[in-house]
Amino acid sequence: MSVSDGTVIRPYGDTTGDGMVQTSFTLPVPPGPRAEGAALQLANKMGIEPAMVVHSHGIGEQFTFFVVYGSVRHLVDLDAVHVEERAYPLLSPGEVNAAIKTRLRRSLVVLGACIGTDAHTVGIDAILNLKGFAGEKGLEYYREMQVANLGAQVSVPELVHAARARRADAVLVSQVVTQKDAHLRNTRELAGAFREAMGEERPLLVVGGPRFDPAMAAELGVDKVFGRGTTPGEVASYLVAALVPAEEPA
Amino acid sequence: MSVLELDGELVRRARELAARAAAPVVDLARTHTTVSVERAVLRLAGLTGTDPVLGDGEVPWVNRVVDAVREQVGLEHGVALPVWHALRDGGDLHGLAEQVGAGTARFSIPADPEPARMAARAAVATGMARIDANRARRDELVALHGDPPRRPWIYLIVATGDIYEDIPQAQAAARAGADVIAVIRSTGQSLLDYVPEGATRTGYAGTYATGENFRLMRAALDEVSAELGRYVRLTNYASGLCMPEIAVLAGLERLDMMLNDAMYGILFRDINPRRTFVDQRFSRMVHARAGIIINTGEDNYLTTADAVDEAHTVTVSQLLNETLAHEAGLADWQLGLGHAFEINPAVPESFRLELAHALLARGLFPDAPLKWMPPTKHMTGDVFGGYLLDGFFNLAGALTGQGILLVGMMTEAVVTPWLSDRDLALRNVRYVLEAAGNLHEDFRPQPGGFIDRRAHTVLTEAVQLLERIADHSQGLIQAIADGTFGITKRSPDGGKGLDGVARLAADAYNPALELLGGVRV
Repeated sequence: MSVSDGTVIRPYGDTTGDGMVQTSFTLPVPPGPRAEGAALQLANKMGIEPAMVVHSHGIGEQFTFFVVYGSVRHLVDLDAVHVEERAYPLLSPGEVNAAIKTRLRRSLVVLGACIGTDAHTVGIDAILNLKGFAGEKGLEYYREMQVANLGAQVSVPELVHAARARRADAVLVSQVVTQKDAHLRNTRELAGAFREAMGEERPLLVVGGPRFDPAMAAELGVDKVFGRGTTPGEVASYLVAALVPAEEPA
Repeated sequence: MSVLELDGELVRRARELAARAAAPVVDLARTHTTVSVERAVLRLAGLTGTDPVLGDGEVPWVNRVVDAVREQVGLEHGVALPVWHALRDGGDLHGLAEQVGAGTARFSIPADPEPARMAARAAVATGMARIDANRARRDELVALHGDPPRRPWIYLIVATGDIYEDIPQAQAAARAGADVIAVIRSTGQSLLDYVPEGATRTGYAGTYATGENFRLMRAALDEVSAELGRYVRLTNYASGLCMPEIAVLAGLERLDMMLNDAMYGILFRDINPRRTFVDQRFSRMVHARAGIIINTGEDNYLTTADAVDEAHTVTVSQLLNETLAHEAGLADWQLGLGHAFEINPAVPESFRLELAHALLARGLFPDAPLKWMPPTKHMTGDVFGGYLLDGFFNLAGALTGQGILLVGMMTEAVVTPWLSDRDLALRNVRYVLEAAGNLHEDFRPQPGGFIDRRAHTVLTEAVQLLERIADHSQGLIQAIADGTFGITKRSPDGGKGLDGVARLAADAYNPALELLGGVRV
């Protein structure tokens, strides 16, 4: 493996292989030459060498903000990069409806909520509301889906109860607030409560939010985790892949 | 300052329809009370503290007393008569509260209400006097230190969850140029049916609104106001299930602005509409008395709905907020009517559309200090693009004469703002205001041009929506139930907090409402 075969790369400024990066940070030191020296030391320890402090200014008397440019020593090995590729085909709303109608032969029941103290319904609304997100209509638009959005600050027991009462096929939960990892704690609580209350009969559990790592589903005890920028179409396609039989029933 | 030639007949019709749509809401508010309104009465009379025995000691005495009165004689007479009747042989509110805690307090409605009325009025008048003194003190401090040197006032948020972390951050923000500090509340607070007590350090994505937190922050800002020679204003949230009590605490601790929207809790928090409208009117009367500027929440519509298609819902809500605010005694200078820069930047002419919407609000409410909210919906992780968008937002604010400018953060939707994010955001605002702060003097949209036509279209759509609302037999209340606001349907009997609402009996007495009747404007 060598740089020339293209699987090992470096950041690109204006010349292949120059390794140039730009970063900014604040240090709790008063502005001045000593502060710039401190910034250079940090940059070097970050692997930026040589580093240039191209800008600094004081924030109040006790802090200094820096913009640093420089070349990193590190190499990126593309062969060692592993990402979760989408394991299901992306379907149009028409295809989603057709799949549910012909292969499930009943409405797909979807329940959505924000749990815990999180009052930010932006995420779940973007996925469920008719209005949708990023130019795609939300799940309410899908004729073959029966969608209920329980809104904000729904308790986990309430959600379990509603899922049972409505015979939900899937429960979608969005989490925006991440202070003190509330999103992770809430998700584990959610998974635990459904496991305890319904065991194997539990609905598909899907969580999403801007600070979730999609690779964490198993660790959190849910079926699927969606990260930043997820669109309603992706969620709908996933629901079909996970819940609708591959073939028409005989 | 109005640079648009709005159709005077259309404007008159819009206001008339808004008043008609709001009339059933005012009737409702006049004929009902809520647990939170009654707790606010006890707070004005000086009852503080929590029951140390119940739960983890978090339940305030005002909740314990109001619940006990409700259990024994119902809420429909108000708490003043039974409470001060129970104090007829001496003793104070705190002692009575402890009897409630011990289960020994007995409440009844006096046959002759006059002595209890007088005692209640005198007790509540002490709280009212403190609110009046705070208003006078604010006027003095503004005269002493001065107002910000220009409009818009620069409004910055702190929200660490810990009041003792908030204080140095707020002082640093003021030194860096903020004219108004808002302490965002902990996410869960709007649905708590009590106001937490004391200094708090454990909020989520915000700090609890408590009387003590208010006092600590106001004192810290007084200190920094003296240092800077500029009166730095403090903002919090009179919303959620305890809106009336928080309004009272704000008046008692000299807060300067309060977020206070007529419909936000109903639409976005699923709080019962009746509860909200009753609480709303009382809290606005308190704000009027306290000289507090309210900030309404129209920006929220645009974070869930499309900012172009739904622009008229903002105008409708502003008109409804205005009419309900006037009815409660608020003057125009106290109406920080909200709106926001939320049009998708990928839409062609998005900036011109923003200017049209902002100028429409300016033209409709020439004497209100409009609250201009930054982009959030179309802020992505692209902090560089976000910084540019915030610059355009700041420019639109300067160009259209906005009164209060909430500083946008380039890291919106990424992290809660870092020290450097706030600093960079303030640099952005300062640059724009210094470079173009007076550009509104030169800026006259072409009559009949794009901006003029767009403003007219939005106003026309607003009038059409107001017609639909006013045509409902129960006006706004029924319109919300029918989902007229597009976002959601909220039935008058649904949502949280309905069990805390009571229709007033003929002998009901609320000394606070009586004293607030003589509102100074």
